[in-house]
Amino acid sequence: MHLGMLLEMAADGMADRVALGPLASGLTFAELASRARRLGAALEALPGERVGLIDLNSPAVPLTLFGAAIAGKPFVPINYRLADPQLRAIVARTAPATIIVGEGVLERVGPVDGIEFLSRAEALALAEDPEGKEKDGWGGDAEDIAVLLFTSGTTGEPKAAVLRHSNLTEYIISTVEYAGSAEDEAAIVSVPPYHIAGISAVLSSTYSGRRVVQLEAFDPVAWVRTVREESITHAMVVPTMLGRILDIVESDGLGLPSLRALSYGGGPMPLPVIERAVGLLPHVGFVNAYGLTETSSTIAVLGPDDHQAAFASDDPAVRVRLASVGKPLPTLEVSIRDAAGIEVSVGERGEICVRGGQVSGEYLGRGTTLDSDGWFPTRDEGHLDEAGYLFVHGRLDDVIVRGGENLSPGEIEAVLLEHPGVLEAAVVGIPNKEWGEQVVAAVVTSAGVTEEDLKAHVRSRLRSSRTPDHIQFREELPFNESGKLLRRVLRTELSEAFT
Amino acid sequence: MSLVTKPGTRYRSVVDQTEVIVVKPASGPIDLRCGGHPMVSIGTEAPTGLTLDPAFSAGTPLGKRFADGETGIELLCTKGGSGSLSIGEVILSQKDAKPLPSSD
Repeated sequence: MHLGMLLEMAADGMADRVALGPLASGLTFAELASRARRLGAALEALPGERVGLIDLNSPAVPLTLFGAAIAGKPFVPINYRLADPQLRAIVARTAPATIIVGEGVLERVGPVDGIEFLSRAEALALAEDPEGKEKDGWGGDAEDIAVLLFTSGTTGEPKAAVLRHSNLTEYIISTVEYAGSAEDEAAIVSVPPYHIAGISAVLSSTYSGRRVVQLEAFDPVAWVRTVREESITHAMVVPTMLGRILDIVESDGLGLPSLRALSYGGGPMPLPVIERAVGLLPHVGFVNAYGLTETSSTIAVLGPDDHQAAFASDDPAVRVRLASVGKPLPTLEVSIRDAAGIEVSVGERGEICVRGGQVSGEYLGRGTTLDSDGWFPTRDEGHLDEAGYLFVHGRLDDVIVRGGENLSPGEIEAVLLEHPGVLEAAVVGIPNKEWGEQVVAAVVTSAGVTEEDLKAHVRSRLRSSRTPDHIQFREELPFNESGKLLRRVLRTELSEAFT
Repeated sequence: MSLVTKPGTRYRSVVDQTEVIVVKPASGPIDLRCGGHPMVSIGTEAPTGLTLDPAFSAGTPLGKRFADGETGIELLCTKGGSGSLSIGEVILSQKDAKPLPSSD
């Protein structure tokens, strides 16, 4: 199936529903489709094989995503927060292309061979032009590339993940009921357009018929205000966003009465934050989603019922599921494998591997990383419990090898975060002559917490080999804007501090 | 008439507006019909002069899925119409939606 068809179905069946913007003045699905077809016709005629976008959230994001699909060209949203040299390098890798840019971007990037720039205003004008012709149907077929997403490159040169129309539409039609949203539902989108969650938010909302209200970029005050003013019912946040939202809700005491569903993902959520969220927003259904760019977004979901059951249970095996990412989607398969590629038993840790139509596992210029049976090795470490709940322990590449023992930073971080004085925690391995690597933690704490307190806390819950040899107290940890911990940066800093 | 179905192939009714896309293919060739008449691939010539068979006129709603356990075929309706989908004379049943909690 093709992204163009998702939009066409929405426009056919829900023409007069508001798709984008305020209820009183937003674009309907019919208008969204008609503008995307005009932009699609223009993009088809513009130079280049791809359509890039370097901008904040605006109506140009869904219009360009669908417009590029209609034109039969891959959509390449690029991270506007990259430093200028990295941004220029990625723009050069996108050539030949037409790139839609927000304010100030052109000045930062300068002219690049094979790139034609179009401002956001120019793109929106093409979409709105009543004289503009609308392209019939859509370009290419289901196996063409729909979206190229550059990975964050926290561990090296950014790779361009390939998502084909078939991957994204398989995800949408298998997880979203067509026109399944009630007419009064509205989702706030504050994740950036270059994040897979930004892409899946547009597609899911379109297919389910849910109105989208965009924030140019995440800001906790604007987020809370918009949720209240626009009667937002659905939202997706990454862990760092949720804590900041809760601070505001807690201090003004006004709650978020319209909100029905809050989904979180994009990184491990500290248990104390989710417990605080459930306490402050008791009427909201919480959803924890786990997925990767390479899997077209979500592959496992811990739903509202799972959250409630875990909270209500005295059974530690059930209660701990709050720290899981729920069960894999019924339309795909998950297998936990050891280093030799053999499936391990229930409860044992290994690499999370996944197979299904939404799984791409392909990078531009590097080919597929799927094995001969179609399995994608995620490089995430995890395990399944007896009831099939999936637990994610972090990146395999972050595993610390201390004296021949494999230690998972995620396990030690979770224990540190259980200490009431610890607000943020990160654990990495740094080189050590005696052990190969030693365990070092960086923490953000409230006043009065000492290194000895924390070491004793970890030692009492885990083996002594897992107790950090050094702990650095900091004002903040280095996260990127999607809430992903910059481990490489932290490892370098801690190596310098402690060796 | 028998069709060999492939995922992503689209078919249309020859007597009403119904269009479908194959989500899961059938294990073998099937006699896929809508409104009582064989469906055709989108883009191919359709026979003219046929009319909707009242026995197959309950309608096919846009966005709904239809499945048949015996052949394994699963279809998604991409344009709604007044005809009903069937394999031969056996009407295809609408698949119950099991919506997942919204995660994005």
